[in-house]
Amino acid sequence: MLDQALIIGAANGLLFGDMIIQLITFIILLALITKFAWKPLMNVMQEREQHIASEIDQAEQSNQEAKRLMNEANDELKNTRQNAQQIIDDANETAKNQQADLIKAAKEEAARIKENARLEIEQERDKAIQALQTQVGSLSVQIASKVIEKELSETEQEKLINDYLEKVGEDNE
Amino acid sequence: MILDHGAPIYEDLFGISWLDFNLSNVMMVLVSSLIVLIIAIIGSRKLQRKPSGFQNFMEWIVDFVRGMVSSTMDWKTGKQFLPLGLTLLFYIFIGNLLGIMFMVVYDGDLWWKSPTADPSITLTLAVMVVALTHYYGIKLKGGKGYVKDFFTPVPLLFPLKIIEEFANTLTLGMRLYGNMFAGEVLLTLLIGLMASGTLGFVGGIVPTIAWQGFKLFIAAIQAFIFVMLTMVYMSHKVSDDH
Repeated sequence: MLDQALIIGAANGLLFGDMIIQLITFIILLALITKFAWKPLMNVMQEREQHIASEIDQAEQSNQEAKRLMNEANDELKNTRQNAQQIIDDANETAKNQQADLIKAAKEEAARIKENARLEIEQERDKAIQALQTQVGSLSVQIASKVIEKELSETEQEKLINDYLEKVGEDNE
Repeated sequence: MILDHGAPIYEDLFGISWLDFNLSNVMMVLVSSLIVLIIAIIGSRKLQRKPSGFQNFMEWIVDFVRGMVSSTMDWKTGKQFLPLGLTLLFYIFIGNLLGIMFMVVYDGDLWWKSPTADPSITLTLAVMVVALTHYYGIKLKGGKGYVKDFFTPVPLLFPLKIIEEFANTLTLGMRLYGNMFAGEVLLTLLIGLMASGTLGFVGGIVPTIAWQGFKLFIAAIQAFIFVMLTMVYMSHKVSDDH
């Protein structure tokens, strides 16, 4: 049985007609299939490869750009913080200076007012003492003239009393 | 007996004595080519950058053959052989498959079978492949480099190199033919056993199914081997170092 089968296969031998048909058909098939299937397919695959490659490149670029921007922003933030700190420090200093000035001015004002008041008081006191002196003088003269009557002239008497009173004033002071 | 079928031979076309045709081969060659063409064209319709469905499958095959090419030679040189490898792979695989599904015998002649189960067909493919390797050898390395290849590493090897060319051609064609023809013979025997009676049917159905499955495997392996060897022979001719 097997012998027969093998003989059938071999009996045909090589047929040139078949070979020519096979060759021509295969060449036509190769040409058609390459034009209509493989070329477009390979093009699409290549295009996709390029697309992916360019996308990766772009992503890398974006990444670097983002990093750069982030660094910039960080620097900016640091600068701003420093500036803000500077401003706050300045303000603090100014405020302190002002405070000191104000306190100084207030103290001076207070001292001046006190001095003025003291001077005024002194003046008033002097005035009062003077007024008292004059009044006491004339009163004493009146009293003395009433008491001693004609013993002394009025000018001598006043001089005497003034001397006396001055002594009393010095002692009191 | 079922094995007693012959072949539909048409002799002496146009009165030329050596121009004989096996009409079954002619038909099967055309059928295989048509199927391959239709599959490839359907597979590469509406190509998109984001592939889906059939396009994925086609791209997988392209990648597969690309892997074969780049494993044997520089991809820059091998790029031009990709369509050849793809077409060979598809054509031989489909041709192998056609004989597995069924065989049709009409009027005592075997009409439907694998085109690759015939030495005329497989040897034609082998001769074509080897002729292409020589063509590309001359084209890419120049006449001098091509001839020089026959005398390297030592001139003593020249006769062996000549023999090698013929041996390559013969083994490339006969390997495919032998595998597919043996498969069909065994399948025919098993089907003959199944047709012989109830006992034969019961005994024969499991081996038949198993053998059909195995033949499917052989069909793929043989197509792969044919393309792989094509690329190996090609790289021998076109690469500078081997």
